[in-house]
Amino acid sequence: MTVDKKAGAKRPAPPKKRAARRTPAKKKPSWDISDIDQWGPERHELGATIVEAGNSVYNETGGWRSMVPEIDVAKCDGCMLCYFYCPDASIIVEDNKATGIDLEHCKGCGICARECPTKAIVMKIDVKE
Amino acid sequence: MAVTQPEILAVTGNEAVAEAMGQIDPDVVCAYPITPQTEVVQLYAQMVADGRVSTEFVTVESEHSAMSAVIGSAAGGARTMTATSSQGFALMWEVLFVAASYRLPVVMTTVNRALSGPINIHCDHSDTMGGRDTGWIQLYGENHQEAYDNCIQGVRIAEHMDVRLPVMHMYDGYVISGAIGPLQMLTKEQVQAFVGPYRAVNPMLDTKNPVTVGPFDGLHGWYFEHKVAQNRAMDRAFKVIQDVADEYAELSGRRYGLLDPYRLDDAEIAIVVVGSTAGTTRMIVDKLRDRGVKAGMVRVRVFRPFPHEEFAQALQHVKVVGVMDRADSFGAQGGPVFMEIRSALYDCDPRPQVLPFIYGLGGRDIFPDNIEQAFAELEEAARSKGRASTGRRYLNLRKD
Repeated sequence: MTVDKKAGAKRPAPPKKRAARRTPAKKKPSWDISDIDQWGPERHELGATIVEAGNSVYNETGGWRSMVPEIDVAKCDGCMLCYFYCPDASIIVEDNKATGIDLEHCKGCGICARECPTKAIVMKIDVKE
Repeated sequence: MAVTQPEILAVTGNEAVAEAMGQIDPDVVCAYPITPQTEVVQLYAQMVADGRVSTEFVTVESEHSAMSAVIGSAAGGARTMTATSSQGFALMWEVLFVAASYRLPVVMTTVNRALSGPINIHCDHSDTMGGRDTGWIQLYGENHQEAYDNCIQGVRIAEHMDVRLPVMHMYDGYVISGAIGPLQMLTKEQVQAFVGPYRAVNPMLDTKNPVTVGPFDGLHGWYFEHKVAQNRAMDRAFKVIQDVADEYAELSGRRYGLLDPYRLDDAEIAIVVVGSTAGTTRMIVDKLRDRGVKAGMVRVRVFRPFPHEEFAQALQHVKVVGVMDRADSFGAQGGPVFMEIRSALYDCDPRPQVLPFIYGLGGRDIFPDNIEQAFAELEEAARSKGRASTGRRYLNLRKD
């Protein structure tokens, strides 16, 4: 597994206390789904198969979150456990440190906070903006 | 085993179908043996062991696993087949819907056998008639030859790009599966040319183009649209089934339609029947015709999709239609075939009377006399001025 440091480096530095609600770099889908809400029976792939890998970057899937992880970057020793344990690749890593959470995809499961050996991640009640 | 076409073999129905599968030589077969289908799986495993086919044979611990493995294999991108009967079919139940909704062109042989209970291993159609709404195309064969022919045609129907639905083809347990009958085979080269190379759609094993098969449809997703798409594929299947049958007729000389009428053109009374009982019914039709009775018959070959327009056309001139069901639908107005036929004829003017007959449950014998008795009831209903009761008539039921 590789971490895309370049993509991470492009993002603005996170605020100290609370990670910003980040939007991942949006790339254009390889097929046009802009009007998918209107798709009738013949427009879909056979058997509802999804034909593009990694397509969740187009969709916000963190909407059901009630808790949100908060990272104290100063406490992070770069062990990467949160990154590996996260079920949704929502940990943003810059210069070998967890610096933020992709809040469009984080479901607030809390596994990162549980696994963090330095207690750099804590779960807070998520306040919807 | 290259057999020249004119040669007529004496085989069991299961041997006929195992040979058909061997000539199709699918990439994968996942199957679990069950009476009365056992011989199909046993013979196929032998072909694999003998190197007669290149199939990957997956032994599984149940039919639920068999169908699940079939789905994985087909979604992976392999031409996949399986076979089952009765309780095994019932155990596959939830995954049957998955195979159809993933639009996987699997072909399954189902040897018809009664469902428990009381436990019974003999023929009736309660297993697959219960599975009529699983989204699979259903072809019911009459005899050894048709079991073989339907198996081969099933591959082309399922894999056709207008369809992409799984196909199950049936024949009667014991009556066909275990009894010896005549069979004319094509050569393996002919069958291979007929079925052609397999074309996978979005296969999971195409690692350069990764796909997600069977995703959650979301909380307010497109399930409804996908179901409509499935049904549209069923509608398109009518033409594909007929086209494939016509192409197969050129190859084999054996002609099949969506339904199989017999002396129906000027018939006043007619029986609708599924499976091997059609042979006995034809004999009775001939006997009645010799006596001057305008009797006819039509056999259901394709039950899903149900060719309702063709049935309406075939039966609209008939005064009284008797529908013979070898499965019952408890609490319904009649058996599954009865309900389809009656519904198909609703828009006819004048509307023929349709009477339900239940026969052969759990392998109860159906004698020529029983079919004559059914025709006698139809004659009586045709003569009387009022409309006859649509209560079930039971053929060869023991007296209280």
